[in-house]
Amino acid sequence: MTIELPFPGLRGVPTADEPQTAKEFTSDQEVRWCPGCGDYAVLKAVQGFLPQLGIRRENVVFVSGIGCSSRFPYYLDTYGMHSIHGRAPSIATGLATSREDLSVFVVTGDGDALSIGGNHLIHALRRNVNMTILLFNNRIYGLTKGQYSPTSETGKVTKSTPMGSLDHPFNPVSLALGAEGSFVARTIDSDRKHLTAVLSAAAAHRGTSFVEIYQNCPIFNDGAFDAIKNPDTKADAIIPLEHGQPVRFGAPDEDGLGTKGLVRGDNGGVRVVEVAEVGVEALLVHDAHDEDPSTAFAISRLTDAGYLNQSPIGIFREVERPTYDDQARAQIASAASAAPGTAQDRLAGLIGGGDTWTVV
Amino acid sequence: MEKQVRQLDRVIIRFAGDSGDGMQLTGDRFTQESAAFGNDLVTLPNFPAEIRAPQGTLPGVSSFQVHFADHDILTPGDAPDVLVAMNPAALRANLGDLPKGATIIVDTHDFTARNLTKAGYTENPLENDDLAEYALHPVDLTGMTVEAVKAFGLSRKDAARAKNMFALGLLSWMYGRPTDTTIRFLEKRFAKVPDIRDANVTAFTAGWNFGETTEAFVVSYEVKPAPMPPGTYRNITGNLALAYGLIAGGVQSGLPVFLGSYPITPASDILHELSKHKAFGITTFQAEDEIAGIGSAIGASFSGSLGVTTTSGPGISLKSEAIGLAVMTELPLIVVNVQRGGPSTGLPTKTEQSDLLQAMFGRNGEAPVPIVAPQSPGDCFDAALEAARIAVTYRTPVMLLSDGYLANGSEPWRIPDVDALPAIEPGFATPVEGEAFQPYRRDEATLARPWAIPGTPGLEHRIGGLEKGDGHGNISYDPANHDFMVRTRQAKVDRIADSLPPLEVDDPSGSAKVLVLGWGSTYGPIGAGVRRVRRAGYHVAQAHLRHLNPFPKELGEALKRYDRVLVPEMNLGQLSMLLRAKYLVDVVGYNHVRGLPLKAAELADAIGELVSAAEGVDVDLSSPAQEALQ
Repeated sequence: MTIELPFPGLRGVPTADEPQTAKEFTSDQEVRWCPGCGDYAVLKAVQGFLPQLGIRRENVVFVSGIGCSSRFPYYLDTYGMHSIHGRAPSIATGLATSREDLSVFVVTGDGDALSIGGNHLIHALRRNVNMTILLFNNRIYGLTKGQYSPTSETGKVTKSTPMGSLDHPFNPVSLALGAEGSFVARTIDSDRKHLTAVLSAAAAHRGTSFVEIYQNCPIFNDGAFDAIKNPDTKADAIIPLEHGQPVRFGAPDEDGLGTKGLVRGDNGGVRVVEVAEVGVEALLVHDAHDEDPSTAFAISRLTDAGYLNQSPIGIFREVERPTYDDQARAQIASAASAAPGTAQDRLAGLIGGGDTWTVV
Repeated sequence: MEKQVRQLDRVIIRFAGDSGDGMQLTGDRFTQESAAFGNDLVTLPNFPAEIRAPQGTLPGVSSFQVHFADHDILTPGDAPDVLVAMNPAALRANLGDLPKGATIIVDTHDFTARNLTKAGYTENPLENDDLAEYALHPVDLTGMTVEAVKAFGLSRKDAARAKNMFALGLLSWMYGRPTDTTIRFLEKRFAKVPDIRDANVTAFTAGWNFGETTEAFVVSYEVKPAPMPPGTYRNITGNLALAYGLIAGGVQSGLPVFLGSYPITPASDILHELSKHKAFGITTFQAEDEIAGIGSAIGASFSGSLGVTTTSGPGISLKSEAIGLAVMTELPLIVVNVQRGGPSTGLPTKTEQSDLLQAMFGRNGEAPVPIVAPQSPGDCFDAALEAARIAVTYRTPVMLLSDGYLANGSEPWRIPDVDALPAIEPGFATPVEGEAFQPYRRDEATLARPWAIPGTPGLEHRIGGLEKGDGHGNISYDPANHDFMVRTRQAKVDRIADSLPPLEVDDPSGSAKVLVLGWGSTYGPIGAGVRRVRRAGYHVAQAHLRHLNPFPKELGEALKRYDRVLVPEMNLGQLSMLLRAKYLVDVVGYNHVRGLPLKAAELADAIGELVSAAEGVDVDLSSPAQEALQ
């Protein structure tokens, strides 16, 4: 996975004078997630990759909503706001639009982003505001102690659904692609290397970067991602996406690559085949830069909606599109450059305009 | 034919027609002409929530009332002297407000059997004696307009659309209004469509000439300019003044203004206006919903902007949780509520003052929010600037309570001297060498916490909705700390009272036993009602609250100085409830929720009754007292 340099997503953010360390990005607050929570791994990865961005710590802002993952900002020694349920993308929009020199991150969960905050998420994506959204998906409500979430599989038995949940779940990647996301990716809490690479690419992208992170909740939904984590099954469960490469997975072939692959299906979708049956030439080559999101969407549909036995992982889509905040600032700059004089003078001119009359 | 000119000291005209008849524009032009002439004036637009309700029906009637005078006036007037009705529905919908003897000008063209039926008339009121007690002028406005503009080759429908300008021309003649502002306006507005432009100008001139030549109108009227304090004036609506006040808040604080807003009647015009002024560094963000409107504004405030969100009551309901977040994070924020009739969707285009208690208490927890209310359209400018001062100085969300009447109503506004506007000091936090930053360490005078904006090295900190420890600002569930922080947030808001000017009580004789206390847009009707009572020779005191939270320090003492206190409000007694709770004073409410401003005459009667009870005298407002006549 390659990252463009310099990071366009960080253009305008001042760079650090000297190399920074993970320790500098770590706050003095005690981390209070449950033992074994996947959030720890993500926190470590973020504290590790932030210094590598080379930007000044004081110009980084983490915004979160409500939920286990939303405690994240307290553990980073940057600016941060732990806000209210589901609203982090809207707060981040205000921050990112008003200040080009800030690098803005949103930390959210499947309940926060997809239930109560669904509206803000889709509108942030369509506007393409320059921010990076980390969606920790554990497919359960943790902080409220174990109700099903909008990504839980149908039929899930929880405290609020003793006879099994009835709702069909969201596929977060499909949703983000449908919401016109310009950067859409999925990664796994336990794969530090992949996580770091995807997060770096997300930060590098100018616009709204959406990263779904599969994250295990050991208390209320333990084992939800076992199939993609178990060394015995993960080769068949993970469909890795690498831009410019044929999509292959499964047990390695003689060439060291997977025995299974993806091809375009007859119905406009994509389907899984044995490489030996179709030949390498016939395989779908992943193009994250395709302007048309249809193929990326089709790939996203290979994710199991029920218990997760199969899921594409990686960057589904990474395309350039003008950002809302850049354009908003450009309009202001353009209007300001056409308006000479001090603000006070212009205010006097404005309020003294229109049809006036003078009484002496 | 000899035409007479009669002198009047004031006139109230109501233009009424179908929603598509252009009555708002007609009224607005007449207002501009009157402003240019130098009258004092107050206007009241009144229109349905539907953009085009079914044509010719009562729900589709739109009206614009303008009250202009040769002296200082305070209200749009209780009852029109003149009604211009463009169709039967407009006549029927407005007739009940007219006093006997009022002038009625109707467009006879639209009094067809079909339109009469739609308006609920079984007989044509122009042909029986239903209107015998009025000075009725049936005029074929549409027919004469079509005839006047036929040279321009417009379709009959387009030609007929200029009838509102014919009506405006006629009324402009009747009241000796200057015509050049309207002609200039039409030339500019329709510059790109010459035939429409010419038709409108011609219809306007034809209406004027018709008045001049016809025998139907033998009298025209003169209302002399009103003496006003020296200065340069313009006519301004409340929403425009409020938008200018927000811009001024940005200029005077040196902060970029960030407006996050979702369109809602009657507040949208503030969003429209601010979106035109990007040159002042103003960002306007049309959000996906009310919550994102305030969320983005809070984000911008955290980043060092003057965050603003504008809405009406239903939008405040949606924003409540986020207002609580701003209370907890102690960030500057202006929340504008242009109140309308409620509850729920209520009366979107009508006015009310029923969100005061929502502003005070509409959040979970102990979440005090300062409240500022403008008293007239022009005063929205000063009120917005004051809201900015409080928000920035005290690091707090501030509720600015305007209403639908202020928003759309207009009055002459003396344009303030920008150099004399107060400066607002943002006072961003800066790092202190060798000292750990404490995001919740407070200023001793204001109790405000530091405003440390991202990008400042050494001041990295985390804020949020969870309770924070005093000083250090880390999450704290400590019982004593919570108790302390709750009391401190309240004390901070209470302390704003230290910065307020003393409450002015207008009691000219010094011997009044009755005080009339109001807030917001009832200022006009209260002032007019009080004048009426004083003119009849009785004593009454008046005070008006700009600040509803905290109250000015002198308020409790002032209430206790009077035997009776009358509190007129367009709600069921919300300020009354606050006053009773805080000061244990048995105030008397005067409450109407009709979607319209209070009527000064009715209010005067209520004041009179209270004066009578307090002083033990008979009060008769109909005859001016001897002393008042001298």
